[in-house]
Amino acid sequence: MADEWVTAVYENLKAAGISQVAYVPDAGHGQLIKLCEADPAIHAVSLTTEEEGVAMLGGAWLGGAKGVLLLQSSGVGNCINMLALIQECRMPFLAIVTMRGEWGEFNPWQCPMGQSTDAALKGAGVYVQRADTADEAPETVRAAAMMAFNANRAVAVIISQKIIGIKNFSK
Amino acid sequence: MNPAMTSNVNSPLNRRAVVARILQKRGDALLVASLGNATYDAAAVADDARNFYVWGAMGGACMVALGLALAQPSRRVLAFAGDGEMMMGIGSFATIAVTRPANLKIIVIDNEHYGETGMQPAHSGRGVDLAGIARASGFPLAYTIRTAAELEQHADALCMQDGLECAVVKVAATPEATSLPPRDGAYLRSRFRDAVLGAGRGGH
Repeated sequence: MADEWVTAVYENLKAAGISQVAYVPDAGHGQLIKLCEADPAIHAVSLTTEEEGVAMLGGAWLGGAKGVLLLQSSGVGNCINMLALIQECRMPFLAIVTMRGEWGEFNPWQCPMGQSTDAALKGAGVYVQRADTADEAPETVRAAAMMAFNANRAVAVIISQKIIGIKNFSK
Repeated sequence: MNPAMTSNVNSPLNRRAVVARILQKRGDALLVASLGNATYDAAAVADDARNFYVWGAMGGACMVALGLALAQPSRRVLAFAGDGEMMMGIGSFATIAVTRPANLKIIVIDNEHYGETGMQPAHSGRGVDLAGIARASGFPLAYTIRTAAELEQHADALCMQDGLECAVVKVAATPEATSLPPRDGAYLRSRFRDAVLGAGRGGH
């Protein structure tokens, strides 16, 4: 069973008409990815790098479909030049970013991108909306999807590391 | 290795003629072209509202085509990519092969050089086998075209037969007359959506 907030995020994505989900496997998104993979109405596409998903979702929208990119903060940096497609074409774009390197991080290599995630997204023309608690995550995703697809804007929802929890490396 | 030894400047195939030949049986296929020559050649053959030119975002053209192919399963999608473009997005071979859309054709127009930046030699002329990478990634059909006869053998099927396929076409590294299609992204996407989804759907 998925956590209640994850199920609510999934249902809000469905209500927004999402039919393509591009992702790089990630523990923080693990439950949501499973829900999407099990949904026959969703093309869930595993990527080799996050920037592939930016391009794929641009193509999806050209063809009349809506999608979301699920990624970890470390993948945001991979997306920067590909986001030129979204910004220059003023395409809707929705991403959900799980954070590392901002709260109780064990792995120092996660910290550089974790600390620059917000600035990198904004620098690439993406609106950033944070969810710091599990309770507010579903509504933040719902509002972000509305702005992305109704106002044709690039919007990323940041899921705080406080929600995902601190990764336990001694398991 | 001396790049000149493996250069294909003597290839019998002209890149613009290759694109024209493949598009002869285009029908209602949708087209995505990568930056540089692929865009110039597609536009020179026949600019069309159903063409989407990716003027930047290098490495992304084939993934744009994948998202489009999944969104429009009843339409054929042709992705024209340069060899440098394909190398930059080489992982997309794996992602596309795993996803395996039956309506997507990847056509690499391979002049073994970076045409847009001054004709520097590229990996595909130095031993990297793009069709081999596509095959090893799981493409059910991937091959290299080097002659006019081989082009004739495959060109119609690219537009008319189902099945994920990658054709790498070796072309001469020679310049063509300049052909610059529209490059404003917002215009290109609205034009494309209006043509594909119906009038008035350009923005929403």
